[in-house]
Amino acid sequence: MGKKTEESSVIVVTSGKGGVGKTTTVANVASALARKGYKIAVMDLDIGLKKLDLILGLENRVIYDIIQVIEGECTLKQALVKDKRFPELYMLPAAQTRNKDDIKPEQVQEICRQLRPEFDFIFIDCPAGIEQGFRNAIAAADKAIVVTNPEVSAVRDADRIIGMLESAQFQDIQLVINRLQASMVKSGDMLSIDDLLEHLCITLLGIVPEDKKVLISTNKGEPIVLNERSEAGLAFNNIANRLLGQQVDFPSFEEDSLWGKIRNLGRNLFSKE
Amino acid sequence: MLDIINRLLGRENAGSRDIARERLRLVLIHDRASVSPNFLNTLKEELIRVIREYMEIDEESLVVDLENEENSIALVANIPIRGFKRAANE
Repeated sequence: MGKKTEESSVIVVTSGKGGVGKTTTVANVASALARKGYKIAVMDLDIGLKKLDLILGLENRVIYDIIQVIEGECTLKQALVKDKRFPELYMLPAAQTRNKDDIKPEQVQEICRQLRPEFDFIFIDCPAGIEQGFRNAIAAADKAIVVTNPEVSAVRDADRIIGMLESAQFQDIQLVINRLQASMVKSGDMLSIDDLLEHLCITLLGIVPEDKKVLISTNKGEPIVLNERSEAGLAFNNIANRLLGQQVDFPSFEEDSLWGKIRNLGRNLFSKE
Repeated sequence: MLDIINRLLGRENAGSRDIARERLRLVLIHDRASVSPNFLNTLKEELIRVIREYMEIDEESLVVDLENEENSIALVANIPIRGFKRAANE
């Protein structure tokens, strides 16, 4: 089947800090969009430390990888792994035995140039860090999603990454706050959404609550968006809908002022442009 | 036992640890040996080609995989034989 929209978006998912949920975000937002019929490619750029194949449960289906595409050992089409559960979802695997310096930003741009006519959304799973891997991952992207946790070190790294994205001329940078525990925020033991937005000053794309079901689905290699009863799955679905331009209310995890602040922040950002 | 109780209660996590353990085992073997599924497929096809010259084998149920034994990795091939070919030159 062909793609749904005329345009195509290349979205890099990044964070600076490792382990905050970049790959989980890519896998689930991509699956949610593919389930709605959009044609999706996900690209794992964590060369040497690949994870996306495992999170999507496609590890046994990998035949070629991105390095082999770049070095001309196979075609891009041959390397794309098709997800049987979602006919519109394709994954370009990372190589496990090489490292980040084995690819160049121009090569990622070339791959994206070839993917754009075929796909509605192309998600790039960025490695942790701010070195070559990060530069490769942002080179071809139109938009960025920064994933963070309500935790001081993750927010500091997110702030650094946002700064780097801004100096790379990114206009569209949105925030996903992952693993929020509303009860801990309420009892005063966790940074709140307001605390994060106050410092990071970018638009909020999604809030994903801490959810044990995420580990269970990761164990099985199944996206959490398939689980209708999972709060995290619902949150990732909401993110997918917001990426499609729909207005989806944020669940009120916090005190009443939250909404007003998000709205104000959004207004402030848009009035600047 | 706990797993069985969990399963009887219909808990969602029943078995997800076992699945995770098996997936982890396989992926680590492949990573450590730097072996891709593609490599194993090619090897399997080559094996079939060679063995077919000597005996009739059940190609459908032939299994070739890497297994972890103690600290070493073994290439284990399970090749069901249907019959031997008569030697042509004797």
